[in-house]
Amino acid sequence: MPKLTINGEAVEVPAGTNLIEAARKVGVEVPHYCYHPALSIAGQCRLCMVDIEKTPRPTIACNTPASDGMVVWTETDRVKETRKSIMEFHLINHPLDCPVCDQAGECWLQIYYMRYGLYDPRMRDEKVHKPKAVPLGPHVMLDAERCILCSRCVRFCDEVTGTGELGIFHRGDDSEIGLFPGKELVNKYSGNVVDICPVGALTDRDFRFAVRVWYLDSTASICPGCARGCNIEVHVNRRRPHHNEGRRVARLKPRFNADVNRWWICDDGRYGFTFVDDKTRLVAPSSREDGAVSDATWEEAIAAIVGALGRFAPAEIGVFASPKMANEDLWALRRVLEQCGIRRVAFRVPPPVPGDEDTLLIRSDKNPNSRGAELLGLDGDGAAILRAACVRQVKCLWVFGHDLLASAWDPAETDAALRALSLLIFIGTNSNTTSERAQWVLPAAAWVEREGTYTNFEGRVQRFRQAVEPLGQALPEWDILGRVLQALGAEVGAPRAERWFRELTSGVPAFGGMSYQAIGDTGAVLNAPSAGQPRSEPASRTPLR
Amino acid sequence: MTAEKLLTRNFDRADSHTLRAYLETGGYTAWQKAQTLEPAAITEEVKQSNLRGLGGAGFPTGTKWSFVPKNHTGPVYLVINADEGEPGTFKDRYLLERDPHALIEGMLIAARAIRSPTGFVYIRGEYVEPWRRFSAAVGEAYDAGYLGRGFDVVVHRGAGAYICGEETGLISSLEGKKGWPKLKPPFPAIKGAFGAPTIVNNVETIAHVPHIINRGAAWFASLGTKTQGGTRMYSVSGRVTRPGVYEASVAITLRRIIEDLGGGVTGNGRLKAVVPGGSSAAILRADEIDVTADVDGLRNAGTMAGSAGVIVMDETVSIPEALMVVARFYAHESCGQCTPCRESTGWIYKMVRRIVEGRGQKDDLDTILDVARRGAGTTICAFYDGAVGPYISYIEKFRAEFEALIPK
Repeated sequence: MPKLTINGEAVEVPAGTNLIEAARKVGVEVPHYCYHPALSIAGQCRLCMVDIEKTPRPTIACNTPASDGMVVWTETDRVKETRKSIMEFHLINHPLDCPVCDQAGECWLQIYYMRYGLYDPRMRDEKVHKPKAVPLGPHVMLDAERCILCSRCVRFCDEVTGTGELGIFHRGDDSEIGLFPGKELVNKYSGNVVDICPVGALTDRDFRFAVRVWYLDSTASICPGCARGCNIEVHVNRRRPHHNEGRRVARLKPRFNADVNRWWICDDGRYGFTFVDDKTRLVAPSSREDGAVSDATWEEAIAAIVGALGRFAPAEIGVFASPKMANEDLWALRRVLEQCGIRRVAFRVPPPVPGDEDTLLIRSDKNPNSRGAELLGLDGDGAAILRAACVRQVKCLWVFGHDLLASAWDPAETDAALRALSLLIFIGTNSNTTSERAQWVLPAAAWVEREGTYTNFEGRVQRFRQAVEPLGQALPEWDILGRVLQALGAEVGAPRAERWFRELTSGVPAFGGMSYQAIGDTGAVLNAPSAGQPRSEPASRTPLR
Repeated sequence: MTAEKLLTRNFDRADSHTLRAYLETGGYTAWQKAQTLEPAAITEEVKQSNLRGLGGAGFPTGTKWSFVPKNHTGPVYLVINADEGEPGTFKDRYLLERDPHALIEGMLIAARAIRSPTGFVYIRGEYVEPWRRFSAAVGEAYDAGYLGRGFDVVVHRGAGAYICGEETGLISSLEGKKGWPKLKPPFPAIKGAFGAPTIVNNVETIAHVPHIINRGAAWFASLGTKTQGGTRMYSVSGRVTRPGVYEASVAITLRRIIEDLGGGVTGNGRLKAVVPGGSSAAILRADEIDVTADVDGLRNAGTMAGSAGVIVMDETVSIPEALMVVARFYAHESCGQCTPCRESTGWIYKMVRRIVEGRGQKDDLDTILDVARRGAGTTICAFYDGAVGPYISYIEKFRAEFEALIPK
């Protein structure tokens, strides 16, 4: 491991570490554009110059591996002058259209100009003109004039997705990013090029002109789109409600997690949040009688559920839990089931088309918490519950979120099962064809409106936090279920997600010893199954009592 | 100092490009001799000869060869740079057209020295006739059994980019990629074409090698200066009576190249300026030409021997206009990879053009000089430093002429 000094501070780094990463270790930021830790070294932007003793002139840090005894200075006069020059070169042909640029406020041209530029502009000639507002694909828009040709997006498509849609065409200051003939930027990770673009050249088409970024608030969260549980930031627009057409969630951005998603998220996850502010959101408890829908209070709704739980024998009640529910919700549900002695429970509803999967991030299981639901012992035969409903063994069905009529199961049989029911209770965030058949519909808070944890397919328990208030009267499922439990006469503590989690950790060994604090922002891995137990059956799984 | 002609000795024969003519004048005897020598001995001989790269950088050839890792397993490539794109330079085309076998023989010897099974010859796209002639010679060499027995030659045509004459740009292009120079390190001798150790040499450089093997390093070294051996081919253009390619000792002075070889200055007959080594070399005033035209002689004069393209300007030539043409060239040919070069070659061209068109402003000249100095040395390859040579020297040496064009 080479030992070197950076700005007078000694540091030891693994062999092969470049000077940008070595400087990071001592808290020194070497400004750069083209370097990205996930991509090959391009060395094009020329901004990351540092002074190395015994070298005649500043050297790019990105392509210089740390070596033993190296003495590096990042803030010499010579380096500062060089940076200033490089900033001027980056900006002479830039349109300086910050007032209409979505990147403004999070643009590295702005940031570095303020930090390292601050020269008086000398360019008085006509700038080079290039194509503007060019759609590269369904999600990404290119403004070639704003581009600084760092080639990060090109390298991303070559090296991360391997799809190779982008190239740099022409020469000199006519150079521009573009699509190869016949190509379109449609790979499943295309939105990431917007994140790694350090300037406003690549912008999200769904975010263009929506909100100024400085009005956005950011909350650490987990993508609910599949079993990977990519770490994300939820960017919400609370301060300018009249912007973004009234939608509160403005965008999702990946959040680095070395063990889960590194820097990336897929497009399905990134753009999959629109249900949160959708017209189909359920905002108040409601009941349907003889086709007429009427709003109800939560007290009435809870009373109706508790009434049903008492009216039907436990064997006459079937429950479809959801792998989209958090561990806390599932634990609360499990307590309700135990309280009532209900055994007919399942959480898997096969999707009409099997989910796609790849080797980078995307998992075919499009639910964030199937593993959690498994561990909490909620796995069962969903088809059997429906069959039991058809023959009126099950008379009351309680569905969380699922649209049973839009599954791989035969719609006619499902329809027959639903028709045969005496009571259908639906709890979810949005209405669907199943909720439209329910006698009771209760609004659940979306994941960004509450907190909780998901357990990903690798057994990593990760926290998501509340970014916005629940819409209307929606409540987290754990809260709804807590109220039911309370009405059933059970002991229920303070209405906080964390309390449910604490209870879960003492009830399910796999979660033993975990806490919200320990999970933190990067997650915590479930306790390993003890030796000698079969792998197919999660060792920590506790069957329903 | 009109030394014996080596490279151009057969140029007067109409059939000089044929194998028959080459054999009649002692062709392929050096290759026979080289086959009895150990590779290291060949490299040592070339080192001792003081042969220096004649494409532009002037790097000692034998030393370059010795950079190939000794313990390397897997292929090593020899790449011949026949992309001759430096404005004012047209010597390699003569060699390819009139003595292609000299290059092939030189390649065989060089390949033995570096243990290369394959040589690539990257020929400038515009060079159609040189490509035809050279390809025909390669065919003859295969038929005669010089090639194909442990060494193969692949002829590759460029597509018309100056940057593909930069050795790593050339390698990128040869690999089928955009002709972008590569980050160094790693240097090509360690990791070059297709990831293998690669030696890139200019056509003229390699064409010298058979003579060195046949007649010895000491003889070759004695033809030149203390630090550079042999002769080279000067491409003389511009305002001279007899423009053309002339072979002379590298110890010849610029004055003798212009006056004796080129036949003196035309136009109004009075010399104003000379660019001694292709457009990337700094310009010299008429009173600066009594210097030897070897690598170190011209370096000491503040310019460079480069590709030995001698561009002569008489007093009727407008230096600002000449700089505009040069600046337009560099703006057009910058590959666009590194920011300083990509952005400032275009910017400087716009400023120079504005001055020439009478729309200059007082501080433009200082801006050009400052921009050029700030960008120098900040890029991946030497292209921008090549552009900076003319930007700075034309303005510094002929500043009054620029200022006269700027409205008061």
